[in-house]
Amino acid sequence: MIIRGKCWKLGDNISTDHIISGKYKFEAINDINKMAVHVLEEVIPDFYKLVSRGDVIVGGRNFGKGSSREQAPRLLKLVGIGAVVAKSFAHIFYRNAVNIGLPVVVAKTIPDISETGDVIEINIASGVIRNVSKGVEERVSPYPREILEVLVNGGITEYIKRYGGLPWSRSIR
Amino acid sequence: MALINAIVSKALGKPVSPGDIVVVDIDAVYAQDGTAPLVIDVVEKELGLKKKIAIDKAYFFVDHSSPAPHVAAATVHKEMRRFSKEYGVKLFDVGYGISHQVVVEEGLVRPGMIAVGADSHTPTIGAIGVYATGVGSTDAAIAMMFGKLWLKIPETVKVILYGSLPVGVMSKDIALYLVGEVKTDGMLGKAAEFRGSTLKELSIDSRMTLTNMCTEMSAESAIIPVDDVARRWLVERGYEIFRNIDWNDEEGYVDEIPVEVSKLEPLVAAPPDVDNVKSVDEVSNNEVDQVFIGSCTNGRLEDIEVAARILHNKRVKEGVRCIVAPASRRIYVEALKRGYIDILIEAGCVIAPPTCGPCVGAHMGLLAAGEIAVATTNRNFPGRMGHRESKVYLASPAVAAASAIEGRVADPRKYLS
Repeated sequence: MIIRGKCWKLGDNISTDHIISGKYKFEAINDINKMAVHVLEEVIPDFYKLVSRGDVIVGGRNFGKGSSREQAPRLLKLVGIGAVVAKSFAHIFYRNAVNIGLPVVVAKTIPDISETGDVIEINIASGVIRNVSKGVEERVSPYPREILEVLVNGGITEYIKRYGGLPWSRSIR
Repeated sequence: MALINAIVSKALGKPVSPGDIVVVDIDAVYAQDGTAPLVIDVVEKELGLKKKIAIDKAYFFVDHSSPAPHVAAATVHKEMRRFSKEYGVKLFDVGYGISHQVVVEEGLVRPGMIAVGADSHTPTIGAIGVYATGVGSTDAAIAMMFGKLWLKIPETVKVILYGSLPVGVMSKDIALYLVGEVKTDGMLGKAAEFRGSTLKELSIDSRMTLTNMCTEMSAESAIIPVDDVARRWLVERGYEIFRNIDWNDEEGYVDEIPVEVSKLEPLVAAPPDVDNVKSVDEVSNNEVDQVFIGSCTNGRLEDIEVAARILHNKRVKEGVRCIVAPASRRIYVEALKRGYIDILIEAGCVIAPPTCGPCVGAHMGLLAAGEIAVATTNRNFPGRMGHRESKVYLASPAVAAASAIEGRVADPRKYLS
């Protein structure tokens, strides 16, 4: 599973509120697509128009902090984001991203040296991230096999539908 | 090993270590009206489950926008009622109160349980020895339908509280002090376990404020071991320990944070973030438009009691709104019986129904541009309680009540000596 796209560089402490404000929670509750136009709107105006499929968000520390709002990773995936690389993630955001099939990668160097517009390439299975534009490569600890299986299958609900259980123990029922 | 490791080890019948990913049976799972709509979509549309019966430990709470402030919320609530009936999820509708409070006081979570909630403040319930963590809607849906979930065991930081709290200083001040010290990402990837001699003076009400605020340090979980205070609380309510933990308690912690609580003074978290902690004196020039006493952080009986003690025979300052929302119906009834509600109304407060309402900027007291609030809640990001250019000072209920009297951020100690 290789992800290649343009970098969107964000700072530390990007919260679920930055990604999608809580005020839209009720407005578009029946249609997540209607919320997509508001993704990251107060950080990068018109982000949903500017982003291309496969682009990579590169954040700093505590990416996705704040509420348990799962719409945040879902909407990033919906507008085309292929993966999020950050120095650290808020744990609910991390779980949610894995569960909905959005790769989230903890890295040390790439967040410091990357700029918006750089080309980023991530090999999810081997745990190698490259900033192609800067010629910098970083190896990160690869996912446990089970998390990788969830991501490769496009999320945990897809996995359950396909295999009838969680990857750790396929006897969920 | 740390208590959370011990609970999971006991549940699985084999020792686990921080960093391990395990699949566990979930002893309680809940969602609220902000996260439940997506739980419903995941179950019905993504998993395609038709009227499968949920596990009997699955709960829905109508608490964030409750009663419905607009048609969109009413529609969500109606869907929650339909789904609850069809799938057998127990619904706590308008009026019961805030999820984390209700699951504790109704005995739905008990010591030794592993519980998840689709709400970031789920670690609150760790105050009675539950391993609890916040999750998203997909996790909640899977836990509700299959009773299992994957969890990564966090490292635990031991927070040791020494000494006695001075008059007018509450557990909220301990929590604010801690956030100020470790900052909002200080416990990222970790859990907090509270220990120390101060605990014997802290009620379950006070303890829930501590565990609640660990979310603001990015802790995945927070827990307080069952002690005599907790055992007395359980006995008074006829609740039993769910899972007894034999537990070697001094090894396996990643860090220790000692806090001498007798040296603390009344604190606030000034905008724009929870770790911007200052003494009340430093910010006492700030005039206040609204005071809010409530939420899963500080809407409990003890909080309403201290507010009533401070506001007894006093008046909320002209031009200030003081809104008090008990965190649950049980708390509301008890506060009525004890006369606290009378005192608060006579002082000029408005009593709101049990709801998260103002804390999340949903309803029951939003702020206009430029307005300043003192709130007993847990977050003060721009726009949290209303307009982006409103400001929220987070404080204890004692500081909030004193601020309502003086119309500025105020020290409660002179009202309590």
